[in-house]
Amino acid sequence: MGMVPATHYLALGAVLFVIGVAGFIVRRNVITMFMSVELMLNAVNLTFLAYARTWNQVDAHIFVFFVMTVAAAEAAVGLALILGLDRHSQTLDIDSADKLQG
Amino acid sequence: MDLNYAALLPEILLAVAGILLMLAIPVLPSRQQVRLGYAASLALAAALVTALLQWGDHGPAFFGMVSMDALGGAARILFLVSSAAVALISVSYLKRERLRHGEYFPLLLMATVGMSLMAVSADLIMTFLGLEILSISSYVLAGYRRGDPRSNESALKYFLLGAFSTAFMLYGIALLYGAAGSTKYAGIAEAATQGQAETATFLLGLGLLLVGFGFKAALAPLHVWTPDVYQGAPVPITAHLAVGSKAAVLITLLRLLHQVFPASADQWQTLLWIASAATMIIGNVAALTQTDVKRLLAYSSIAHAGYILLGVIANSPRGAQGVLFYLAAYSLMTLGAFAVVQVFARREERFTKLEDFRGIGYRHPLLSVSLTIFLLSLIGIPPTAGFYGKLFLFSAAVEADLVALVILAVLASAVGLYYYLQLIVLMFMKEAASPPEPVPVPLAARIVILLMAAGTLYLGVYPAQVLSIAGEAAGL
Amino acid sequence: MIEYFWLALVPPLAGFLFNGLAGKRLPARIVSGAGCAAIGASFLFLLAVFAEFIRLPASEQQIVHRLFTWIQAGTFTAECSFLLDPLSMIMLLVITGVGFLIHVYSTAYMKGESGLYRYFAYLNLFIFMMSLLVMAGNYLLLFVGWEGVGLCSYLLIGYYIERRSAGDAAKKAFVVNRVGDACFLLGVFLIFKTFGTLEFGSLFETVSRTHPQPEGGFTVLAAITLLLFLGATGKSAQIPLQVWLPDAMEGPTPVSALIHAATMVTAGVYLVVRSAALYSRAPDVLLLVAVVGVLTALLAALTALVQRDIKKVLAYSTISQLGYMFMALGVGAFSTGIFHLFTHAFFKALLFLGAGSVLLRLHHELDLFRMGGLKNSLRVTCWTMWVGTAALAGIVPLSGFFSKDEILWRALDSPLGHPVFWVAGLVVAGLTAFYMCRLMFLAFYGSPAHGHGESGSEAGTAVTAPLTLLAGAAAVAGLIGLPAYLGDHRLDRFLEPVFRYSYDHGVSASHASHSLELLAAGAALAISLLGGALAYRLYARDRSLPRRLADRFPAIHGTLQRQFRIDEAYSLFVVGGLKALSRRVLWRVVDVGVVDGAVNGTASLFRRWSGVAARMQSGNTRTYAAWIVTGAALVFLYLLSVIG
Repeated sequence: MGMVPATHYLALGAVLFVIGVAGFIVRRNVITMFMSVELMLNAVNLTFLAYARTWNQVDAHIFVFFVMTVAAAEAAVGLALILGLDRHSQTLDIDSADKLQG
Repeated sequence: MDLNYAALLPEILLAVAGILLMLAIPVLPSRQQVRLGYAASLALAAALVTALLQWGDHGPAFFGMVSMDALGGAARILFLVSSAAVALISVSYLKRERLRHGEYFPLLLMATVGMSLMAVSADLIMTFLGLEILSISSYVLAGYRRGDPRSNESALKYFLLGAFSTAFMLYGIALLYGAAGSTKYAGIAEAATQGQAETATFLLGLGLLLVGFGFKAALAPLHVWTPDVYQGAPVPITAHLAVGSKAAVLITLLRLLHQVFPASADQWQTLLWIASAATMIIGNVAALTQTDVKRLLAYSSIAHAGYILLGVIANSPRGAQGVLFYLAAYSLMTLGAFAVVQVFARREERFTKLEDFRGIGYRHPLLSVSLTIFLLSLIGIPPTAGFYGKLFLFSAAVEADLVALVILAVLASAVGLYYYLQLIVLMFMKEAASPPEPVPVPLAARIVILLMAAGTLYLGVYPAQVLSIAGEAAGL
Repeated sequence: MIEYFWLALVPPLAGFLFNGLAGKRLPARIVSGAGCAAIGASFLFLLAVFAEFIRLPASEQQIVHRLFTWIQAGTFTAECSFLLDPLSMIMLLVITGVGFLIHVYSTAYMKGESGLYRYFAYLNLFIFMMSLLVMAGNYLLLFVGWEGVGLCSYLLIGYYIERRSAGDAAKKAFVVNRVGDACFLLGVFLIFKTFGTLEFGSLFETVSRTHPQPEGGFTVLAAITLLLFLGATGKSAQIPLQVWLPDAMEGPTPVSALIHAATMVTAGVYLVVRSAALYSRAPDVLLLVAVVGVLTALLAALTALVQRDIKKVLAYSTISQLGYMFMALGVGAFSTGIFHLFTHAFFKALLFLGAGSVLLRLHHELDLFRMGGLKNSLRVTCWTMWVGTAALAGIVPLSGFFSKDEILWRALDSPLGHPVFWVAGLVVAGLTAFYMCRLMFLAFYGSPAHGHGESGSEAGTAVTAPLTLLAGAAAVAGLIGLPAYLGDHRLDRFLEPVFRYSYDHGVSASHASHSLELLAAGAALAISLLGGALAYRLYARDRSLPRRLADRFPAIHGTLQRQFRIDEAYSLFVVGGLKALSRRVLWRVVDVGVVDGAVNGTASLFRRWSGVAARMQSGNTRTYAAWIVTGAALVFLYLLSVIG
């Protein structure tokens, strides 16, 4: 039986990435925005894995671990900052954070 | 090719120090938390000594993930000096603002580790790690004034947009890996010469990589986060972002483009040409109507990154030398300027508007004269470091046939005359509306400011020494 | 001794510094004593130099002393070099000799004036500058002296600082001179560009080699000589730049005597004579010089006929006599021009000093029609002024007769001359005699006007001695230039070496017989006597006729009196035109519109752009993200275009 060609994974990765980008721009809830970023990162992970299959190397798998770790660290920090937003302006709407401008 | 711990000794030192400091937080009573700051400064000093001692040691380490060379060595020293200065001015800042010293300094140390790792990296994974260590630490530090909604907003924007663009960069790395089959610099370079450089995958990977780096270096149109983030963050952190963080990204970009992607020079030169032109113009022009000093300096740093790109685009050792010398000069003058701004801002950073600088010249002559020196250097008036920096940079660019861009740079910096000079005019030639609050000047800040001013003048009068070091680092 | 001739410059300079720096606090006697002593010393020194000079053979009567190299810029070298040859020798003697007498006279005339130290300082400086001018060995140093005398003229005309009219006159003199100076400088540039040197000796030698024949039309030499001549018209008050001299009478009378009669105004004549090598090779320009000279002489003489101010009569007379000198130059009789310059210095200075004596007596009353009956109270002044008048009118055997006659003869006889010049010169001679006698009759004869008593006397020896000495000189000076039918023309022989590089048009060789020359002389004499007699009829007895004539022809009278309305014309067209241009075009359009507009316009443009750039920063995070995506998209598009 044939393996799913790598290009399909790549295409999926690209689509996911674009969805993530769109979500980041369109959505106003901070948590949803962050979720979009996570989606983008996972799309990248998928791309890495697809190429790992192509090149038949384990390097990319390792890299995916690194990415996940970093994403986790980012999540921790990010959620703390989001809490700060909630404390200051009682909302999770990113558009409320517009005091700094010009 | 083995572990070779010694090569990364400064970084290890800083990392260990950072962890130890974190562990010490719950142990030390709050009144003695100040000692953490001094301990951090000590650690940075030790790391600096180690880095200086290791100046000539070259070679790979950590299984090829890291490669020590002159460029990395010089960059490391620059970062350590910058972070040391930031640490020194932070101690009194934190005390004044009644912020916890505890996590601040470990974060700063970690950020420095990240910067160094980026500069000495030989693999895209390492670069990514270093970048993220730097960035995540910086996100937290930017929001360190927990009670100030502007600080929080600054950190949030930085975080969201930073993560967003990191994702772009990662995608680029993925594509490059896909095209080259390796994330090592050497591997990618080799794949480029073997014909991969023309493929869509490779080029798009490079493009996305540039987007990611462009964000961090605040190149137009990816600079949009910088004014807000710089304005909201605590002043020492703004200094850190403007100097250390920016220098790290630019040096890494320099290395990547000159050593890994020379085959694609035509493409990235064009892209950077447009970016540089747009950056210089937007940075200088937007600064004209700013009323907040931190924001003004943010636009100023955007513009300076535009100038530095000239050396990168030149794609020559002279260009690299110009970049490094300029970064050294830029660090001195920007750190000094922010240090003065931090002192003048007083508690809770209430006085960061241009109007608050009225008539302050004669009340605090030392600080004002130092600030004048920094501003003149930023404009590029001899005999300051900024003048020579621009001179070397522009001449290297002209040698590489970038005449049009140099003319643009000169015109753009002429525009810059206005907003830098207006600060000098306000300080010395205008009267304050009402008698201002007293400005306490802590000793550490005073030392830093004087050292920076002396350095600026020194580089302006006798640039040869640093220039030759930069040349060595650039491979001349 | 003779090699140190240039040291004659030192005493006047020293006098200037002494009086200028220290004179303010010194008593008047020391100030005036120092001033006179300085010039006296110079004169005595130059006499000694002259005694030695005259014993040299003609070929050696050219001493050049290079003091130092002044400018060295690439191929251009300018030396500070001095030249002593017959021409400069004679000029120096006149300058210092007459200058000394005038200094002595000034001690009496300027007695009691405030700021006396300024007067003597400037006067000494003037002697220094004028000596420098005639002693210069190249055009550049000559120009320094040229400018210097212009400066001193300005300072001295405006000496009475409390008088607005004096300041205005000084400014007018300076500005008009400036126009001439600009042309002079252009001429000097052209000389350097064409011949590569400004030193007289090497320059004239080069010219004689490269341009052996005179050429008509618009040649380089014609351009150079024309420009230099325009400069000369400024300094020597010829058409079109003569308007400043009458106004310059605002200055103290001794100043008018020295600067505006004897010396500075002759600088233009000196310049042309010095450049004879150039002028002799540009016959068209020479013609222009003669025409300008004749016209100026005529114009000035006509204006002098109806002047009421005693000094203005003498001023117009000076302009007229200078016109004579230029006419002589224009027909190629260079040494004749110098001859007349020489004699004119004596009798004109004499006339001015005499007028000054009258002014002293009448408390500075200038109007001739308010004078009268002074012949008994000012005896010395009266008879010395008669000597001067006779000399000026050309009555034999006074000096003016010989020099003026020679001019008229040359105008007729020279290959470059023309009978028209002779006739015009004759008319001017008649007019000259007329207005001078008119002046004498009005001032010294008739009944004393306005209650000036018959009693009273001269102002003292300091006044009478110079007058007498000058009268003596005016009487006998002509003996150095006896015409061929009478004897030896010593001056011509003396000045011959000066013109060794000039092209000889055969001017000196007489073409016609002696008898024709005698006849011409007789005609001139006759017309002068006629003019004098007419003046006698109109002014010595019944003075009503001139009044009735004036009333019958008011327009002519008015036009003549106002110097043919030249001043008004200049004011309207030149000055008014420049002011209008300046205000309407240069200020409004160029300065405010273009320059300010560009600067302010750029600033506001940038301010608007800055607003635009800043508005990119909306504060909205998602907008920022959109910008990032836009950037990424642009990169994508570009790279895709490269790949594809």
